[in-house]
Amino acid sequence: MDAEILWFGWFRADIIQEYGALFWSGLRMTVGVTVVCILQGTLLGLVIGLARLATARNAVANAACRFLLRWPATVYISFFRGTPLFVQILLMHFAVVPLFLNPADGWLISGDLARDLRQDYGALITGIVSLTLNSAAYISEIFRAGIQSIDRGQMEAARSLGLSHARAMYHVVLPQAFRRMLPPLGNNAIALLKDSSLVSAVGLAELAYAARTVAGAYSRYWEPYLTISVMYWLLTLGLAWGVRHLEARYGRGDSR
Amino acid sequence: MDAAIRVEHLSKRFGRLEVLRDVSCAVAEGEVVCIIGPSGSGKSTLLRCMNGLEEASSGQVFVHGVAVHDRATDLDTVRREIGMVFQRFNLFPHKTVLENITLAPGLLRGLAASEARERAEALLAKVGVLEKRDAWPNQLSGGQQQRVAIARALAMQPKIMLFDEPTSSLDPEMVGEVLAVMQALADEGMTMAVVTHEMGFARRVADRVLFLDEGRLLESGSPAEVFEQPREERTRQFLSKIL
Repeated sequence: MDAEILWFGWFRADIIQEYGALFWSGLRMTVGVTVVCILQGTLLGLVIGLARLATARNAVANAACRFLLRWPATVYISFFRGTPLFVQILLMHFAVVPLFLNPADGWLISGDLARDLRQDYGALITGIVSLTLNSAAYISEIFRAGIQSIDRGQMEAARSLGLSHARAMYHVVLPQAFRRMLPPLGNNAIALLKDSSLVSAVGLAELAYAARTVAGAYSRYWEPYLTISVMYWLLTLGLAWGVRHLEARYGRGDSR
Repeated sequence: MDAAIRVEHLSKRFGRLEVLRDVSCAVAEGEVVCIIGPSGSGKSTLLRCMNGLEEASSGQVFVHGVAVHDRATDLDTVRREIGMVFQRFNLFPHKTVLENITLAPGLLRGLAASEARERAEALLAKVGVLEKRDAWPNQLSGGQQQRVAIARALAMQPKIMLFDEPTSSLDPEMVGEVLAVMQALADEGMTMAVVTHEMGFARRVADRVLFLDEGRLLESGSPAEVFEQPREERTRQFLSKIL
């Protein structure tokens, strides 16, 4: 008993070794899902953020902007930020996905294909869709704040040269806003990486799932959970480093 | 022959605040008009209505006969012909001096990169900051930034230039260099509308001076008339305070 408290007895590295392939595939799944969801979430977040800011000169068009763009965007953001991600994942997996992919009467796909998809990729689809939708809500607010933080004079100067609103946004406002958004976007990416572990609850074979499998097989907990903790930690450190690198690169024209 | 800019019965309200009240005026082709008046008199708003940065509450604004106040008008096309210089410069901080100037002509005039660059360098030489072409805006002094902003507006080869208090946020020793560039532009025959507190410049360069007070156009005449023999008591009071 006393000997087992010593490091080598206490920490059975052989378990990690035995399940090395599982940890490795889990790591790739975690990284893959995170990268895909960051990219999709950023695109969707930009769209929702712009929708939240949409206005028009014309009174009728402005009313249309309010009811068809601003309000839906506000409700979307409010829902995804105001409910637990874990609950969103369960809702997605057991209620929403079966609605769209259903052997009997799927809204999107029916028949055998729907059954096979749910069997083989159900958890992956759930994970990617819920993490994308959730992070898009946070990212859209980052975009909105970033755009609104740029001095009005920048848009006016661009418009006074004859640039359309869209071109002024693209060439003048967004590049400056993007620079300011990098730190919060980095924080969001790190949160997304860590939150991806929640999808293990519906059976996606990522890092946390690998750890749970090992823990279940051996009834040992330090080894698997400490191992994935270190892996998550290294990943978040790498992400933070990458964001700092981007900040330096896009910081041209900053006070120096 | 229509005027370069014609403003008719222009009123502008921000909520319940009346900023412009029934202002009518015109800027002829090649004319330099200085707009003076106390702060809050509506000078800047009048200028910003001329290129549609502010929308008229009522009244009409025509630029070369095109109705700027009309929502059906494509303002982007009108604005290509109207350069504007702002009090706070508003250079694009993420672009170099040269990129600031070539952005709009490259996008809107379809200039090749080399041609846009040559033209930008010629303009930078003209306003005297050619050696700063590869610098970032925040590396320039206020006076240099404002001269780059003038070059940026000129790069679109506008027919009209609007100046919104172009020297008001400059240190005193830099005012002269910016006014010199503006005077040279006036000498070349550019049509200009200038909101300014520089009475010396208005007296020396303007063909006509407009005096605005509390949103009303109180006086319009040659610099000699407005500065030496103002008709309105309000103009006299303002001038006695500022001169």
